[in-house]
Amino acid sequence: MTIDITVTINGRLYRASVEPRLLLSDFLRDTLGLTGTHVGCEHGVCGACTVIIDGDSVRSCLTLAVRADGATITTVEGLGTPEQLNALQHQFRECHGLQCGFCTPGMLMTGMDLLKKYPLATDDQIREGLSGNLCRCTGYQNIVAAIRAAAALRNETTP
Amino acid sequence: MSKGDSVQPADLLRPRHVGQPIRRTEDPRLLTGNGEYTADRKPDRVLHVAFRRSEQAHATIVAIDTAQARAAPGVVAVFTAEDVAELYKPIIPVSRMANYYATPIVALATGKVRYVGEAVVAVIAEDRYLAEDALELIEIDYAPLGVVTDPEDAAAADAPLLHDEAGTNVLVAREFKKGDAAADIAAAHTSVRGRFRMTRKAPLAMEPRSYCAEFDGRREAITLYTSSNIPGIVRDALAESLDLPGSRLRVVAPDVGGSFGSKGSLYPEEILLCVAARKLRRSLKWTADRLEDIASSSQSFAETIEAELGFDADGVAVALQADVTGDVGAYSIYPWTCALEPVQVVSFLPGPYKIKSYRGAVRGVATSKPPTGPYRGVGRPISTFVTERLMDMAAKALGIDPLEIRRRNLVRDDEFPYRIASGIIWDRTGFVACLDAAAEAANYAALRQQQAAARAAGRWFGIGLSSYAELTGIGSRIAVAPGMPINTGSETAKIRIDSTGAITATFGVASHGQGLETTLAQVIADDLGARFDDIRVVQGDSDGVPMSTGTYASRSAVLGGGAAKHASVLLREKIKRVASHLLEAAVDDIDVANGFARVAGTDRTVSFKQVAKAVYSDMKTLPVEAREELEASYTYDPINGTTACATHLAAVEIDPASCFVKVLKYVVAEDCGRIINPMIVDGQVHGGVAQGIGAALYEEMIYDDTGQLLSASLVDYVIPSAVEIPHIDVVHIESESAVAGGFRGMGEGGTIGAPAAIANAIADALAPLGIDVFELPVTPERLFRLIEIARSQQQQ
Repeated sequence: MTIDITVTINGRLYRASVEPRLLLSDFLRDTLGLTGTHVGCEHGVCGACTVIIDGDSVRSCLTLAVRADGATITTVEGLGTPEQLNALQHQFRECHGLQCGFCTPGMLMTGMDLLKKYPLATDDQIREGLSGNLCRCTGYQNIVAAIRAAAALRNETTP
Repeated sequence: MSKGDSVQPADLLRPRHVGQPIRRTEDPRLLTGNGEYTADRKPDRVLHVAFRRSEQAHATIVAIDTAQARAAPGVVAVFTAEDVAELYKPIIPVSRMANYYATPIVALATGKVRYVGEAVVAVIAEDRYLAEDALELIEIDYAPLGVVTDPEDAAAADAPLLHDEAGTNVLVAREFKKGDAAADIAAAHTSVRGRFRMTRKAPLAMEPRSYCAEFDGRREAITLYTSSNIPGIVRDALAESLDLPGSRLRVVAPDVGGSFGSKGSLYPEEILLCVAARKLRRSLKWTADRLEDIASSSQSFAETIEAELGFDADGVAVALQADVTGDVGAYSIYPWTCALEPVQVVSFLPGPYKIKSYRGAVRGVATSKPPTGPYRGVGRPISTFVTERLMDMAAKALGIDPLEIRRRNLVRDDEFPYRIASGIIWDRTGFVACLDAAAEAANYAALRQQQAAARAAGRWFGIGLSSYAELTGIGSRIAVAPGMPINTGSETAKIRIDSTGAITATFGVASHGQGLETTLAQVIADDLGARFDDIRVVQGDSDGVPMSTGTYASRSAVLGGGAAKHASVLLREKIKRVASHLLEAAVDDIDVANGFARVAGTDRTVSFKQVAKAVYSDMKTLPVEAREELEASYTYDPINGTTACATHLAAVEIDPASCFVKVLKYVVAEDCGRIINPMIVDGQVHGGVAQGIGAALYEEMIYDDTGQLLSASLVDYVIPSAVEIPHIDVVHIESESAVAGGFRGMGEGGTIGAPAAIANAIADALAPLGIDVFELPVTPERLFRLIEIARSQQQQ
């Protein structure tokens, strides 16, 4: 049995017929080829698969693709490009906020959500906001620095 | 003025890249979803593999019924050990060590299973969902055998044997001796001792293990894409096992999402995928889910150490003895063997200290658990934990400050090279400089005052130091793992300028997050005289160079960097020779910088592109004999290796209500020689320390008495999040090493120093209760028990 869904991803409309059990993470990666979203645990702990659905950060490994019917989704492919990184991606590069890059898409999507919703006035607030995303390479220090820098830029441009 | 003293115009024009925090070449693709990890591969008509894994810790496989699974929707094939046994040779992790039994590595469990999570049957289907559906249709009949989970029990004469052919579960036993340590300890003024334990860890890279065997029917060839940090070793081993020449077996590590050692050994799944792809003539793909990855990737750090350290009246350590028991798991891994981790504990126990006599005995005992293998630091996180704890215990017993007792025992600048009691030779490194720098950066005296005030207020505040040294960038004279027959002492760089003027530098090293594409390009830019942005570094591909191993053991800056320097200089000389023709000047007058060859002191230049055109395309410009192909290759062997060292300092406070340890301050003063990219070095230190803090406070693989894994999810196996890791201050002592470039390896050090520093800080915090720390991790539960026992003893 399959179910027809319509999803807008990174500004493009996709129609697909999917099994009810198909995970959104597998739909993005295997069906659509959007492999920028990574799967690190498949039980909602590591946060690598985080995407933005209708304005909120969500674990795509805990979401069924059919639940995304009618939704608007942003994945890491919907941020900047290699030639034109977006502000947060640029700060990740400037601050060395990534090493192996595997957790990075989830960190970026969570970071985008945090920047949109929270003041992020202190490092403690940033660390709390990131506590649902695991990184094994960086010790988090430079990820925190990247988000701190992006928050400062945000505050300059939107007083 | 002599030429050597003058600043040449070309020197001013030549930008220096080594030493600069250059932004990483890797980042734009990794930040935008344009990286390619193994699981992202999409070969034509790929089939998906799923493994039925053992639920038994030790059992005979009586029967396997796969009939229903074979008939399930989408299933293309089902393989048991029998089905593939004739298609490959088992891979044997041999060693020249005496008293060692090498367990063969097979694609699927054969005859019996030896740990929960061992792969028994492979299902190959049109998609992963269908493959997993079919797994549930397989019936396996097991006859349980005795389970051995405790290495002491497993070493007993009447214990059930995991490998009957070995005749014992003690897969390796060794002893290191210098002088008469027992007599010296008996005669010592003071001695301190303890039974120390580090529980099993999972290195836990965020990317689970993943393999994609891509079959090329036209060439009868396989390309294995693998999340490995040793693609060269995997290629050589599989070529032998499958009887395929290297020209038909290519192994590529594309973007790899961390390893920390867990992807640094050959795995049964890599054999199975290649064997099955060849048999089915189809491309196959498998990615571990997190449970599989935790349950079947190599684990580590599982040792118990009885150790005693004797001191004279001045606090000078004189003799050390230790008995180490390693819980090595069910198999000896390839190529490092099960001796790697426990033997390294014994090799490094004397640490950076001038201890005269030593006896270190080690046993590696097989248990019904997954194999242990390398994990960042290998052995040294444990040896450092033990020795640094003993140093602090002695400082307390002798009434000497922990900083001072280390200063009295560290090898001093004028004493290098120094052979420690286990036989390792330290070359000149800033042991004392790191100790002093850490104390200064942390403002040690002020921290002690802060502690006095906290104690007066009844708070548990502690300061912990740890000093260590490690061997990095090891050359051919020293085996990375004891008695191992493969060469880990050299690496090759091949640098080519093609007919378009593009520079491609190919290496066998295999970055899995360290940023080698950036750092190696920095080295080449300086020594070749190229523009950094023009250099493309290719690595992790067995087709790139004739022989390679990969990235492990803190070797790639030293070996890869050394090869890059030498190959760059060879190619620069070729460019100069061509340019001397084109510019009609003597070779010695040509200077190469920033992608141009220039007649020194003039504005007469040719670009690399013009040089390439002259050599390859424009056949009128050069005499035939001057058309040297613009390629250079160099295989670098540092012969010995080089020392790296650090001192870590941690300040912690313990919450009496929750028994939660909060790390308030963390300082690392390290000497990794000449730094190629300080931004990347700092990042490596931060990440290493975070893993060390995880090992010290949270992380623990728990197996029950029946060998069942109780910590198979990230809920139960807790790695630190951003909240648990403090800000880490890093201070660099850059004393150049003797190897090419003056580099030292540094990728592992953070994890070596941190468990000891945290353990010492906790023991210091709880000193008023008389508590010592002998076991890691110090979880809140363990701490609660220690505190309860201490309080009840105080009341008595």
